[in-house]
Amino acid sequence: MSRRVVITGLGVCAPNGVGLADFTAAMQNGKSGIRFQPKLEELNFGCQIAGEPLVKDNLINKYFTPLQLRGLNASGIVYGVIAGIDAWKDADLPIATKETPDWDSGIIFGTGILGVDKFRESIHLVDDKNVRRLGSTAVLQTMASGISAYLGGLLGCGNQVTTNSSACTTGTEAILMAYDRIASGKSERMLTGSCSDSGPYVWGGFDAMRILPRNYNDNPTRASRPMSASASGFVPGSGAGALVLESLDSAEARGAKIYAEVLGGATNSGGQRAAGSMTAPNNEAVQRCIEEAVQSAGIKKSDIDVINGHLTATAKDSQEIENWCTALERSGNDFPYVNSFKGLFGHCLAAAGSIESVATILQFEHAQLFGNVNCEDVHPEIAERISVSRIPTKTFAYNPKIIAKASFGFGDVNACVIFGKFND
Amino acid sequence: MGKEERYQKLRDIIKIYLPEDVSIDQISEESHFTEELNINSAHLVDIVLDVEDAFDITLENDDMDQMQTVKDALRIIDLKTDK
Repeated sequence: MSRRVVITGLGVCAPNGVGLADFTAAMQNGKSGIRFQPKLEELNFGCQIAGEPLVKDNLINKYFTPLQLRGLNASGIVYGVIAGIDAWKDADLPIATKETPDWDSGIIFGTGILGVDKFRESIHLVDDKNVRRLGSTAVLQTMASGISAYLGGLLGCGNQVTTNSSACTTGTEAILMAYDRIASGKSERMLTGSCSDSGPYVWGGFDAMRILPRNYNDNPTRASRPMSASASGFVPGSGAGALVLESLDSAEARGAKIYAEVLGGATNSGGQRAAGSMTAPNNEAVQRCIEEAVQSAGIKKSDIDVINGHLTATAKDSQEIENWCTALERSGNDFPYVNSFKGLFGHCLAAAGSIESVATILQFEHAQLFGNVNCEDVHPEIAERISVSRIPTKTFAYNPKIIAKASFGFGDVNACVIFGKFND
Repeated sequence: MGKEERYQKLRDIIKIYLPEDVSIDQISEESHFTEELNINSAHLVDIVLDVEDAFDITLENDDMDQMQTVKDALRIIDLKTDK
């Protein structure tokens, strides 16, 4: 049994826009969400810029009760709840009644590490021999599944409620897990997506690995340069993206607005073999993941109009393009359009796949392709393989039929999802 | 701080933990936190922390175990603040 699965709701809390309207405008106009972070300067970070959503206190009060806000110190939960609740409302779905959960609705909402600031607060109390002062929510805010637990309670979901974690692949993987669950008939609706905390304790490890740009502290909006010859590392980001996936039957029965269809996808791992390692992908695995996604979607390689890449703005971008060329057997002028949204909001880590998927789907909705920024100097190895005309630098009117979106993560894990314009 | 003032202060602490369908007017000295006011038992530890902060006292494990009703809390607060 394999059922058609469509997208009926979107929500987002991104560095360059909180809420669908602001985010859409930011994507259309190439508005950056990357800013100088005084806290990182104070702490002697090499990279002192980041993409962090600007969430106002009065907005938070609309999503959380005063009790939930007491002692809340987990930015990932704040972002995830804003995006998740927005997506649910955007899908025009009801909140379950007080006594009975909605057995046919579930949640798969991923994260990398959650409640880091709360955990730090707790560590200080424990080390001061003051464990009794932790309060009742230290566990709930720091368990990985805190985000699906908060959302599950707010909405009253009674199907599977869980959190997945696969580094920077998390968000895209979550969409595929939700897709599988609905396609196989185990649920009718899944709220899916991912979130990632902000702050020095999340980003510090990457700074220590020296994979973040250090020369743009006074020029933050130019720092994230996917596919560029002058790319010098990824800009760390945070936030959340959320999608409501729904069986076509359920969506049609309730007359829901349909943004796009999830045609299929694949996840795999390179096993940290061949060129693969904890931090680098096995190229054959990336290619196989893309090919399997195409097969799963029941389309031809030539059907893909647009690729939204992982493309983080490191030396690996050229290799990623090479892998797409090999997997799709397309290059030069025949290559699909390709964009990376990390130029505008950085690499939102566990949240990357979901925020970027929300933006990808908005391209169907608005019949536009969002332009790339900071790649006026396309990397020569990329320009050798594909025509630079396939890398739009400005948003333009375009009616995509099929978009492939991929994410790759530490641990040598890959995910590729195929989105299609919905037609009945 | 008089008895009435302490009671009002405690009511102010408790009200945030009340479920939506329990109003602040339902709080009386006899109220049982979890059974009558329907406060999630996980939040009892938070009420204790708030009481400590508001009255500048420290509650022991035994005090926490005994704090089942509003009256229990007031008795413990009276004892600690009189010292």
